[in-house]
Amino acid sequence: MGVGIQVEDLNAWYGSTHTLQDINLHIPANHATALIGPSGCGKSTFVRCLNRMHETNPIARATGVVKMGEVDIYREASPVEIRRRVGMVFQRPNPFPTMSIYDNVISGLKLNGFRNRRVLDETVERSLRQAALWEEVKDDLKKKSGASLSGGQQQRMCIARALAVDPEVLLMDEPASALDPVSTSKIEDLIFQLKSQYTIVIVTHNMQQAARVAENTGFFLNGKLVEFDSTHKIFTNPRDKRTEDYITGRFG
Amino acid sequence: MSTQPLQSQSLGDPRKPSRVNILRRSISDHIVTGLAILATILVLAPLAAILFYLVYKGASSLNLAFFTHIPAPVGEEGGGMANAIVGSGIILALASLMGIPVGIAAGVYLAEFGSGTFLGNAVRFTADVLNGVPSIVMGIAIYSLIVKPHPPYSAFAGGVALAIMMVPTVTRTTEEMLVTVPHAVREAALGLGVPKWRTVLSVSLRTASPGIITGCMLAFARVAGETAPLLFTAFGNQFWSLRLDQPIAALPLQIYVYAISPYDEWHRLAWAGSLVLIALIMVSVTLVRIFANRGVLKGGS
Repeated sequence: MGVGIQVEDLNAWYGSTHTLQDINLHIPANHATALIGPSGCGKSTFVRCLNRMHETNPIARATGVVKMGEVDIYREASPVEIRRRVGMVFQRPNPFPTMSIYDNVISGLKLNGFRNRRVLDETVERSLRQAALWEEVKDDLKKKSGASLSGGQQQRMCIARALAVDPEVLLMDEPASALDPVSTSKIEDLIFQLKSQYTIVIVTHNMQQAARVAENTGFFLNGKLVEFDSTHKIFTNPRDKRTEDYITGRFG
Repeated sequence: MSTQPLQSQSLGDPRKPSRVNILRRSISDHIVTGLAILATILVLAPLAAILFYLVYKGASSLNLAFFTHIPAPVGEEGGGMANAIVGSGIILALASLMGIPVGIAAGVYLAEFGSGTFLGNAVRFTADVLNGVPSIVMGIAIYSLIVKPHPPYSAFAGGVALAIMMVPTVTRTTEEMLVTVPHAVREAALGLGVPKWRTVLSVSLRTASPGIITGCMLAFARVAGETAPLLFTAFGNQFWSLRLDQPIAALPLQIYVYAISPYDEWHRLAWAGSLVLIALIMVSVTLVRIFANRGVLKGGS
């Protein structure tokens, strides 16, 4: 089951660039939340702060409070623990090139020392079914490299890989931006099904996509969260002039 | 695409090349391809020439005794280099066991942890300088560091000398291969909650392994033929010895001794020894490559 995320006064820097400024918002559990905004506005940095991937860059730092359920992830947990509870899907599919499809999906468990064969087999099947990829790959699980799949299949495999560790939150950083329309709609169907079990945060440049999959939408501009509300409200009756300009295509 | 009508061909509009232009391009294409082929032949020619000459000079002295007997005393017929073949194997195994792990570990440090740090730059600089140290100097250095305080000459000292010569090549290839592993692959592992050390071991190193293995093989092949570092360390031995704390025979040393001797029989054996040395290097490099490919391809690709 997913957990809600409470963000208070989050600030982030890359070197001396202040990329996120005083972000406050609540992401509700078991819903999909979309983040929109022009390139470079800080949405990717924001999601990377939610699983502490932000700090893997040596010049990056962040301050503020991010609570995942009851846990303050910056003070009460290690990055490794948090990343096990928060799955992440990246902009471009990033399979492990030396591993088979099976090993790719199970890598989160295997690399953390989990070895029970029966559980691994079951997890691979469950995760691939959740990611709507099982039927396409079930016969080549151990024969084919994860990198030999098509781009859309690779991305669904990466989603299965993130789901295999049984996360509570799934972060998706423009998961469909490198994919064709057919693969994109498969990923969107997937998000629609998954959000009953996981808290999903999706960064997207595609406003129709945000409207289709997310209950809530946040609009970022120049490192600030301009507006956060129900998706319906944002797209029909935004409070802020800048949000309206952006969604009607007047800039960005 | 421009919507303007194209200019006439005679003016040399680059968007629509004239027939002369196409001809010129295809000619320069052929010339450059020819130059590349010529360069390849120039690279291969010395190797082929050496191999042919070694077979021509050495093959006739090769027989079973060469691989099973130790050197015969001067004036006696027969004898072989069995002890030198085994000795070389022992020294190279020692060198690889010591040099490759240290080299890979240093390369991992440079690529994953030490980039931009003072220590990182110092290690990289040292490795490059070490690569340029003449091999005879390495022999003398190990002589004064190991042999002199702990006599006698020994297989172990020879192994250390060759190991140190392997380190810079292994370190720098490991570093360069790790740097080519895409950042996204590392992020995928970190994003799954895999600790950094485990990511480096199971993801970065594994992805870079074909290149790292090539680097290790280059280092191995380079030191396998070294004579100078062994002169003052392993020293050579005309008799059977498998002990690591005693002088031991090695193929390059045996070839060196036989080649500068005044006896025709020994000259022939030196040729045969050279042929065997090159063949052994080629066989071991090929075997490792086949073996490694099998391991890597297990994931399929």
